[in-house]
Amino acid sequence: MNRLLKDKLAGKSMMVLTGLSGLLLFVMIAALYAKSRPILALKPISQLLLGTSWGPSRGEFGFLPFIAGTLWVTGAAVIIAVPLCLLTSIYLSEYCPRWLKEWAKPPIDLLAGIPSVVYGVWGVVVVVPIIKDRIGPWFGSFTTGYSVLAGGIVLAIMIFPVIIHISLEVLSAVKFETREVSLALGATKWQTVKFVVLRKALPGILAAVVLGLSRAFGETMAVLMVTGNVARLPRSVFDPAYTLPALIANNYGEMLSIPLYDSALLLASLILLLVTLVFNILSQLVLSRLERRTV
Amino acid sequence: MDGRRLEENFFKGLMILSSLVIFFSLVLILADILIKGLPAMNWAMITQSPKGGFYMGKQGGVLNAIVGSSVLAGGATVISFLLSLPVVLYLNVYLKRNSRFGAFIRFSLDVLWGIPSIVYGAFGFTLMLMFGLQASLLAGIIAVSLLIFPIMSRAMDEVVKMVPVELLETSYSLGATRLESGLKVVLRQALPGILTSVLIAFGRGIGDAASVIFTAGFSDYISFSLFRPVATLPLAIFYQLGTPFPEVQNRAYASSLILTMIIVLISVVTRVITRRFRGYIVK
Repeated sequence: MNRLLKDKLAGKSMMVLTGLSGLLLFVMIAALYAKSRPILALKPISQLLLGTSWGPSRGEFGFLPFIAGTLWVTGAAVIIAVPLCLLTSIYLSEYCPRWLKEWAKPPIDLLAGIPSVVYGVWGVVVVVPIIKDRIGPWFGSFTTGYSVLAGGIVLAIMIFPVIIHISLEVLSAVKFETREVSLALGATKWQTVKFVVLRKALPGILAAVVLGLSRAFGETMAVLMVTGNVARLPRSVFDPAYTLPALIANNYGEMLSIPLYDSALLLASLILLLVTLVFNILSQLVLSRLERRTV
Repeated sequence: MDGRRLEENFFKGLMILSSLVIFFSLVLILADILIKGLPAMNWAMITQSPKGGFYMGKQGGVLNAIVGSSVLAGGATVISFLLSLPVVLYLNVYLKRNSRFGAFIRFSLDVLWGIPSIVYGAFGFTLMLMFGLQASLLAGIIAVSLLIFPIMSRAMDEVVKMVPVELLETSYSLGATRLESGLKVVLRQALPGILTSVLIAFGRGIGDAASVIFTAGFSDYISFSLFRPVATLPLAIFYQLGTPFPEVQNRAYASSLILTMIIVLISVVTRVITRRFRGYIVK
């Protein structure tokens, strides 16, 4: 009897813990919302999101430069990363020999494991000087190197593993028979990939891209180190940018000394949380549906 | 006919090219960190605390940050393991395979995995204010354990899910309860995978800066007190690189090398574990 009781008790307490872990997300949203209430009560949300002037000491909290900066940097990263990742995933899943595919996985995992500060150091040491001395002058624009482009390049490398990993899974979930049918009809390998495999895998690949995008959107340290952090709307990829995560990380020291500043920064984290939440929910829904179909 | 072959070869070439670009970006990063970091490396870096503060300090090392990061990430890993284990057991042993509740929990953990670490930092910071804590080791541990909890539990869940149902049924038919079967059969069977999940989470915890920047603070000294600020390796790198002195910046390269080495080591150990223990699993 004692054993059964133990089993029941353990079950109940595990259930409570599991339920709590499901609540964590809602607790986070609620806590950040509660902390950003003071500023939301004073200023209309449209003025906060679309205002362009940022001066906490003057009581001006316009997030637009930061939102635009985040979008520019994320956009640059996605534009660089998506074609490279797609081609690589297709090569690894459709063309290359099996041993190469197995060999390619550990380096990709390692790439995913490198801390973002190390990417930041690499960006400062390698990418920024190249943009300043080579790429910038090539396009005839003066730049310090600390720019949208630098952030985009570093972020692109950081999201390679995310996109490749999920795309590979999605591609391998396409049934082998589908490929055989197409090949039997006389299509070349590339035609099969283009018309059959990719079409089948499209929703999953989109989900992979959105997950990569969401990772780029919230990435903090590496971006903070290479984008220059100037609170102005960027006009080209050679302009500096200031992203939302960088804003939060840079100002934690002074935020308690200026009224509403902490509230504004926690509102910024709430925005980040909600945006990445939407991206993640959408792509996870697509991926879990795919998984159910293949099982 | 020839057009098709041309297109085939063109795209194949493009694919090989982009695979090489991605592969070489990894090689380039590791090589650059090595080239920049090695000249600045010395024994003092890993055996001493900084002399004269992290900002001006050109002497001494980053032992304070190495110890701080290990203690912080270690503590967070332990807490997160104590939370993950019951959740994973409950999901896989107590719940039915197609349970709605289980699907919801897995979904929400997947979503939590994708939340940026700076948000965990900000959330940890609000918790800290709520409980009247200062930036301290304890606050850092809380923020990092929240950050790595979804990673660890989902990774463990994937491994435990692979344990064949027959094994569990055999255990039940011998009269074992769910708890006993879970702890003594399922866990033992999934042990290598669980170890790798723990290591992956530890690696993520030791390398993350954005979640500790508000919560753990920084300190030039080695301290094991839960209520004092503590140095972390990623933040040490960040601050060192931010100084205007080339000597201190060089130290940032050495620190990056140390951090990268730790991550590479973890990654190698993970592989060894998966390979080594494969033979012990009942299949």
